[in-house]
Amino acid sequence: MEDKKIFIRGNEAVCYGALSAGARCYFGYPITPQSEIPEMMSKAMPEAGGSFVQAESELAAASMLMGAAAAGVRAFTSSSSPGVSLMQECISYMSGSQLPAVIVNMNRGGPGLGDIGSAQGDYYQATRGGGHGDYRTLTLAPSGCQEAHDMMIRAFDLAFKYRNPVLVLGDGVVGTMKEPVRLWTPSQINSHAAASWQVSGAAGREKHVLKSLYLLDGVLAAHNRKLQEKFAAMRAETEAECVETADASLVVVAYGSIGRIAKSAVRLLRSQGLKVGLVRPITLYPFPDKVLQDLAEHGKKFLTIEHNCGQMVDDVRLAIRGYADSDFHGHMPGAVPAMDDFIGPIEEAARRTA
Amino acid sequence: MSRPVFAEERCKGCMLCASVCPQKILAISSRYNPQGYLVAEVSGDKPCTACASCALICPDCAISIVRSRKEGK
Amino acid sequence: MNATPSLPGLVEGEELIFSPPRSLTPVPTHYCPGCHHGVAHRLVAELLDEMGLQEKTALISSIGCSVFSYNYFEVDALEAPHGRAPAVATGLKRARPDCFVFTYQGDGDLASIGLAEIMHAANRGDKISIVFVNNTVYGMTGGQMAPTTLLGQKTTTTPMGRISEDCGYPMRMAEIISGLDGTVYSARGALNDAKNIRQAKKMIRRAFEAQSTNSGLGFVELLAGCPTNWHMDALSSNKRIGTELIPVFPLGVFKDNGFAESGKGGGK
Repeated sequence: MEDKKIFIRGNEAVCYGALSAGARCYFGYPITPQSEIPEMMSKAMPEAGGSFVQAESELAAASMLMGAAAAGVRAFTSSSSPGVSLMQECISYMSGSQLPAVIVNMNRGGPGLGDIGSAQGDYYQATRGGGHGDYRTLTLAPSGCQEAHDMMIRAFDLAFKYRNPVLVLGDGVVGTMKEPVRLWTPSQINSHAAASWQVSGAAGREKHVLKSLYLLDGVLAAHNRKLQEKFAAMRAETEAECVETADASLVVVAYGSIGRIAKSAVRLLRSQGLKVGLVRPITLYPFPDKVLQDLAEHGKKFLTIEHNCGQMVDDVRLAIRGYADSDFHGHMPGAVPAMDDFIGPIEEAARRTA
Repeated sequence: MSRPVFAEERCKGCMLCASVCPQKILAISSRYNPQGYLVAEVSGDKPCTACASCALICPDCAISIVRSRKEGK
Repeated sequence: MNATPSLPGLVEGEELIFSPPRSLTPVPTHYCPGCHHGVAHRLVAELLDEMGLQEKTALISSIGCSVFSYNYFEVDALEAPHGRAPAVATGLKRARPDCFVFTYQGDGDLASIGLAEIMHAANRGDKISIVFVNNTVYGMTGGQMAPTTLLGQKTTTTPMGRISEDCGYPMRMAEIISGLDGTVYSARGALNDAKNIRQAKKMIRRAFEAQSTNSGLGFVELLAGCPTNWHMDALSSNKRIGTELIPVFPLGVFKDNGFAESGKGGGK
């Protein structure tokens, strides 16, 4: 794909990014607000020489993803909250079996069927593993269409680098809004030695077995220690955007589309003389706790804003414990957020902490 | 002489082999293998015909069959 | 991989006419005495040898007693979540169409928790092969009722015997799968005597040829004994297959679209 800029939705940006990253299999199931992804992939994947399957369920879509991942092929799936809950079975198995795959979640309102609007209620699920057992998934949070595109390219590389599922946690806003996106293709794709473990027929080598069952005494313990070391190593990928934090007395912490809306609010209040800044976590797991801790050590106060009832705020409080606390403003899932919604809460927090 | 050859470490003493042997020359031995099973063995005077029924029915792939070309013609 | 089979102690004038297939790993299995998984394993491994498939095979193992099948087949393998093996196989086959992909599943895995996955893989006509071992009971978890448990059969969750009013009826998967257009081969064999074992091998061969000829999904159901959870010895277990299972689960080929036979090999 040549380097060019086109006007597309976040869902489409995800597709372009995946194709540029070398994805050659897509398995999915329709659910609002991300159905453009399977729709676009149904055409684009065969054109790219890959395979598209509309699965019978999200359970099956994630299982197909596991099969393709085991083959060492770049593959992904996408869904929205209720569907991602169904995928947790295989996400756990993939992490336990050390398989690289990318899962996109365009987060919608919950719990249960919730609504089809944007929300951030899946933060816990995304950053705590989401399924059974002790595992984590590297989680990237795009705040717009360009990031949605670029993060897909990064997500595939990270998945293979760490042999672990990677989540791209967008939301209804990111998935459905349209923006100009610069399309680009990485100059080379690193397989991270997938041939050394992939299941592809054992011609000329010992057989490869990919599994997550370890029954003998102590073996699962050793496996878990190895996984934990890997999850700790992922800290090297931590990333956050910092806006005017140096001289701020109040730091707003927000991610994804909410981080972007909060940035507009922070800029507006700055122009009015309020000393506020913003930290927008780009990786949710690993969480950018060092960035926040450093700011807390410098006496900053904090306000976490989320499109849920308070989830990431726990990670913020953990990061700054011993130095500061964080206020919280939750925009209820089911209500569309706008910049004006955040002005009042930020001003109030600034007053409280002044 | 034609004969069944037992991989005793694989045998579980289920004795399905004995149940299908037309010559009735297979029986349980008094030997335990490392898995703790009493294993099957050849015990009887009649010759093995190399019919391989025992190997076919054995659930543990514990029996190989050697055929003597002379006897088998 | 392994060399041509031979045996120490062979003398002039003797030949080895039956020995373990190369595709079977030469280790003792964890299966109980008289369990038919071992027979099914050997037949599958013989066919992988005879059809020249070993080096391109990906085994998708399932959950249940056969979860450890990857320890016994000398091929690449992936352990699928409970029931999902056909979907996992679909993903792997789509990613690597040159691989020979088969699932090895029990009745709880395939006919209960994985019913949606097998139905849709068959309906899509995915070029995969399914080896379905039906012993009418959950083995690994201790003998609970399966979808294929016979009416009246006592299990640890039907202590008075399976009653249709509460638990429905045994499911005939080979017939059900044969009714889907993507299935090109579906058959049911049994592993309880020499004749049936020979017939079962022919059926597995056709289920594999369905894939090797790129025709569609090949499905073979194998009636198998579980002496431990049937609370009987190996011989009685084999007899029960003939007297109780086969009358409910008739043997036969329910669908064969007539795709070509594999040119490779010629084992009998």
